[in-house]
Amino acid sequence: MEKILYTITVYTENFVGLLNQITIIFTRRQINIESLTVSKSSIPGIHKFTITAETDLEMVKKVVKQIEKRIDVLKAFYHTDDDVIYQEVALYKIGAEALLDNPEIESIVRKYNARILEVNRSYGVLELSGHTEETQELFERLKEFHVLQFVRSGRIAITKSTVERLSDFLAEMEARNPDR
Amino acid sequence: MEKKIMKGAEGLMCSLIEENVNTIFGYPGGQIITVFDALYSYRDSFQYILTRHEQGAIHAAQGYARVSGDTGVVIVTSGPGATNVITGLADAMLDSTPLVVITGQVGASLLGSDAFQETDVIGVTQPITKWSYQIRKASEIPWAVARAFYIAREGRPGPVVLDITKDAQSEMMEFTYKKCIFIRSYQPYPELQPENIAQAAEMINNAKRPMALVGQGVLLGHAEDELKAFLKKADIPAGSTLLGLSALSSDFSLYKGLLGMHGNLGPNKKTAECDVLIAIGMRFDDRVTGDLKKYAKQAKVIHFDIDTSEIDKNVKTSVAVLGNAKETLPAVTELLQPAQHTAWIQSFEVCEKEEMERVIIPEIMPTAGPITMGEVVNRVSEATNHEAILVTDVGQNQMIAARYFKFSRSRSMITSGGLGTMGFGLPAAIGAALGAPERRVCFFTGDGGIQMTLQELGTIMQYKIPVKIIILNNSFLGMVRQWQELFYRERYSSTPMNNPDFPKIAEAYGIEGRKVTKREELDDAIEEMLKDNKAYLLEVEVEENGMVYPMIPAGTSVDQIILGD
Ligand SMILES: Cc1ncc(C[n+]2csc(CCOP(=O)(O)OP(=O)(O)O)c2C)c(N)n1
Repeated sequence: MEKILYTITVYTENFVGLLNQITIIFTRRQINIESLTVSKSSIPGIHKFTITAETDLEMVKKVVKQIEKRIDVLKAFYHTDDDVIYQEVALYKIGAEALLDNPEIESIVRKYNARILEVNRSYGVLELSGHTEETQELFERLKEFHVLQFVRSGRIAITKSTVERLSDFLAEMEARNPDR
Repeated sequence: MEKKIMKGAEGLMCSLIEENVNTIFGYPGGQIITVFDALYSYRDSFQYILTRHEQGAIHAAQGYARVSGDTGVVIVTSGPGATNVITGLADAMLDSTPLVVITGQVGASLLGSDAFQETDVIGVTQPITKWSYQIRKASEIPWAVARAFYIAREGRPGPVVLDITKDAQSEMMEFTYKKCIFIRSYQPYPELQPENIAQAAEMINNAKRPMALVGQGVLLGHAEDELKAFLKKADIPAGSTLLGLSALSSDFSLYKGLLGMHGNLGPNKKTAECDVLIAIGMRFDDRVTGDLKKYAKQAKVIHFDIDTSEIDKNVKTSVAVLGNAKETLPAVTELLQPAQHTAWIQSFEVCEKEEMERVIIPEIMPTAGPITMGEVVNRVSEATNHEAILVTDVGQNQMIAARYFKFSRSRSMITSGGLGTMGFGLPAAIGAALGAPERRVCFFTGDGGIQMTLQELGTIMQYKIPVKIIILNNSFLGMVRQWQELFYRERYSSTPMNNPDFPKIAEAYGIEGRKVTKREELDDAIEEMLKDNKAYLLEVEVEENGMVYPMIPAGTSVDQIILGD
């Protein structure tokens, strides 16, 4: 089966050790995690993991089931790139000299719609949000000016669907609570 | 409810009482001593069993849980105490056994400092438990215990670890208890899906050659009667997995035998001939399926399971029937048309006859040569009227016992299936005897396996546990020897064993015993073993080069099953 990049989103209770529980499900099946972002979700007390990994459909289905099987995981979903709006942030640190000596950097910044976050006597920091290819492309363009540091965040994603599956799920589960 | 102020350790005892725990297996130590101190005050509330090793404690709890259906409880110390239960956790996880294992932990302020006897128990146990949680405050104890029992027991059962820091054990707390009845992130029983139930029924109604595979899910769901009604109504022959054994009694007319690597010829071969394969509470382990690429390709597969993640994990299903077999089986049965599959069922007889002549008769009724494992198992089964609980260790003894012991009651087969843990048997037999005190426990083991947890004879001595121990001594690590003979050009690397005088060891523990080397003595020895309700060790010298057949060599397909020479 064809391997493609999947975005896996996982909603969990806020307990310690969940990151480990989730990542070992990938490692055991020899799947490399390409990127991972963890943050509080919009619902208080619920954490959201956004993971990207290259694998095939059959395997991603199994992985999602295995993740959901963990007791403190509320729900896990998998998406293809077509199902989600997604974004990454990249930061580029360039020496002050290179910045000042190379006027073409200005046109590059304009062209890519990058932002300048900081300029001081020693260095400047640029920021670009976009898909991996875009932030990578800017990195390639800036290489000749000697990029001191380059970092890219994990992917964050929002589904295109109009159904909010997590809140539906929570409502459904709460309806089952005998103590309600 | 009345609130009481007490130490965390006492709160733990009260929580266990709230969960109706009556038997605890364990081993004390520095980081759990406060809990054991509380246990001393509550010693009239529990039957407490001090094993001789923590591995013994957890396997005993597994045996206890498997025969009784209750959750097994283990209390051990931190560090080495905790790491000694790892094998049992992995075993219980693979075999879906409900356990709550409580481990001591260093004080919260010392966590992460490599303190004396500190091990990252949560980190180590997460992959091999259903849930593991560290309690760092006494006030969390009732909540965590309630949650632990709920998780261990509900849905597909499994082991849970509670790691309690030393300060949480001694801190004062207010005790109130509320049983856990709901966890919003955990749905133990998937909702019944009427369409799938209808589809499954239709598929079975249209089947010409249906066949059922019975797994432990039937026992765990207490669905034995529902299974029988299902099989009878549509006249479906059934094979059993190793862990499903005793869900159907051995003489049930539609029961066709054991599946898998050393299972019976019929149910294995017919897996490759049936048109609808109905898996019930089983997980298509590779020891059952052989080569998956060639497994039941001709059949439509219906999979009944409580665990959604088992569906399509190994074998692609046509219809999944999610839920507890106790509910799903009757729901499907109701939609079944009574059917007769006489010719199909009769076709098993050819296999049965062939296996009987070529394998079974020579194994259980040899007339000359050394004693075989099969004849010992067969005679013990007969002498106990097929009513005993069978506990096995791992290896040839396990396979022969599974093949030739017969069952008339449910929950009568305790063995380490998924993990294949040598040394499981003796402590599991102790647990089984405690979990089903009114029943007889016969434990078959090898000369290798018994020595992995031999120290538990001390537990048998101390608590006078009536386990009948039968060592099938072939002076080899027999199952490995069998593979070496078949696949490694008879190079017996690391398998011959010089053994001690086992009955003498038993004697040192005050356990009566006897060694049998001749066929003529066997019946008499078995009779002597079964004369009373006390522990007994019977060592039988069996043939050194015995083989377990039939066999599906690893990686081949079920219909390539071989019968030996
Ligand atoms: C803890 C453990 N170590 C190693 C093995 C591998 N193993 C499987 S069967 C077997 C031989 C068992 O020999 P014995 O206990 O004498 O029983 P027999 O097969 O002769 O009946 C071994 C070593 C295992 N299953 N478990």
